[in-house]
Amino acid sequence: MNEKRMHAKKWQTTFFLIIIIVVTYLSTSITNFNLIDGMLTIPAAIGWMFSNLLITQDSIAKMPQILEKLGETIFMSIAATTLAAVVSLFLALMGSKTTKVNQFFSVIARFIASFSRNIPVVAWSLILLISFGQNSMTGFLALFVATVGFLTRAFIESVDEANQSSVEALTATGATYFHIVSKAVIPQSLPQMLSWILFMIETNIRSATLVGILTGTGIGYMFDLYYKNMNYNVVALITFTIVIAVIVIELLSNKIRKVIL
Amino acid sequence: MEYVLVNAYSIFPIIQKGVCSMSLLKVEELSKLYDGETRVLKNVSFEANAGEFLSVIGPSGAGKSTLLRCINRMVEISGGKVKFDGIDVGAMKKKELRKLRTNIGMIFQHYNLVPRLTVIENVLHGRFGYKSTLQGVLGRFTEEEKERAFFLLQKLGISEHAYKRCDQLSGGQQQRVGICRALIQEPKLILCDEPIASLDPNSSKVIMDYLKTISTELGITCIVNLHQVEVAKEYADRIIGLKEGEIVFDGPSKVLYRDQIEHIYGIESRELITV
Ligand SMILES: Nc1ncnc2c1ncn2[C@@H]1O[C@H](COP(=O)(O)OP(=O)(O)O)[C@@H](O)[C@H]1O
Ligand SMILES: [Mg+2]
Repeated sequence: MNEKRMHAKKWQTTFFLIIIIVVTYLSTSITNFNLIDGMLTIPAAIGWMFSNLLITQDSIAKMPQILEKLGETIFMSIAATTLAAVVSLFLALMGSKTTKVNQFFSVIARFIASFSRNIPVVAWSLILLISFGQNSMTGFLALFVATVGFLTRAFIESVDEANQSSVEALTATGATYFHIVSKAVIPQSLPQMLSWILFMIETNIRSATLVGILTGTGIGYMFDLYYKNMNYNVVALITFTIVIAVIVIELLSNKIRKVIL
Repeated sequence: MEYVLVNAYSIFPIIQKGVCSMSLLKVEELSKLYDGETRVLKNVSFEANAGEFLSVIGPSGAGKSTLLRCINRMVEISGGKVKFDGIDVGAMKKKELRKLRTNIGMIFQHYNLVPRLTVIENVLHGRFGYKSTLQGVLGRFTEEEKERAFFLLQKLGISEHAYKRCDQLSGGQQQRVGICRALIQEPKLILCDEPIASLDPNSSKVIMDYLKTISTELGITCIVNLHQVEVAKEYADRIIGLKEGEIVFDGPSKVLYRDQIEHIYGIESRELITV
């Protein structure tokens, strides 16, 4: 029995490997991408990075400005994520099959979630650029909308899997909807929800940099500016600062996660 | 033959000590369809008296859980009537339904507690039926209610776990929390849906003993779904045998004989019976 399963697994692995090879071959031949040529340019690229992307004394002088812009980006990401979390909580309660009020709102909530989730954040920025122009509001909204989609989906799952049975029990005691949501569903799902929110803050700080390039705000804008001016030393410093910030935030949220879970 | 069995109960009336044998629950021609086609319950009729310990047995899928959930209207009734204290449950509006549910405790196979919350918090959840939305959301419980919760935990021998999270307790202990949550409602009836199906034999005995005490000492009617016939025979005053949504036996536990058990469960599950 066990051996049979192992055999099946081995066979599956081979099968997938073959598929991956075939797909890779097909896509390279369709796009005219030559793997060998591509590989050969890597050393040159690395060489360029090391000779140009150097942090110099000059660029260090830009540090206060970089930090200010970085802070702006981080706060925007946190603000967009927390506001999205509030909206998502509401939508998730409507959408979840254990806490939905009626079928109509449930379908609406799920529709909003999948609609906003299935459009990438970059696409959202471009769409919103048309109506809001190049300002920080556009970036904020782009992050907000994409985050609502993602978090609603994640929250629906946390609510569904964790609360079915206690919701039933509390309904049977004569508890009202708000009793059940506030005293059973939210306390039970909160740690998992917070964990998703932290994850989304991390993701959004990364995305915010990219969005900033498009919307001309925050650290992304600064990156874009110095990049276009070919001031690669400052570009290097900015990149380095972003990497450090992202790592610090990831470590921080892992710490928080450990405490709450 | 089935009719004779159904009438067996009236031949052996059970007189409860100190509790008047007044009918608390009356189920009349109850039927239930989930999908508009298959009838999960078919013309189920029975009465339950105050303080009675009643067990519903039957193979899985017979409709035992559905029957319990029709009584407190956790599922809608498709046909017939359920009368609790003389009032038609099926016709109740939202507010009346809430009041009904405060009078009916429910105990589940998987305890259905909020695992991350403490034992005492879970017990106090049983008081929500009496609270306004605001009181409940703010978690306003009176001193009396808290004392009562402690008293019940003491009675069930788990007061030392009052401030532990429920997910740190064993199955048997969690079920006792479930019982406390039901009791703090001050119910007249407790519905138990396979309360010992996830427990080991020792914990099962503890739980069944508590349920029995609740019915005899507090005069609370207990309707207990069970799949172990032996347990039902040992504890219940009266047994209802359910098969494919129909009552095929209703009578005192002591007149439930082997051939009737075989009839309820079907011949193939003969081994089940001697467990
Ligand atoms: N929510 C539901 N929707 C549709 N069918 C259901 C639902 N709950 C139970 N049933 C069906 O009703 C029948 C009786 O189920 P149930 O009352 O759970 O039986 P038991 O508790 O005796 O095992 C089963 O065939 C089951 O599939
Ligand atoms: Mg069942």
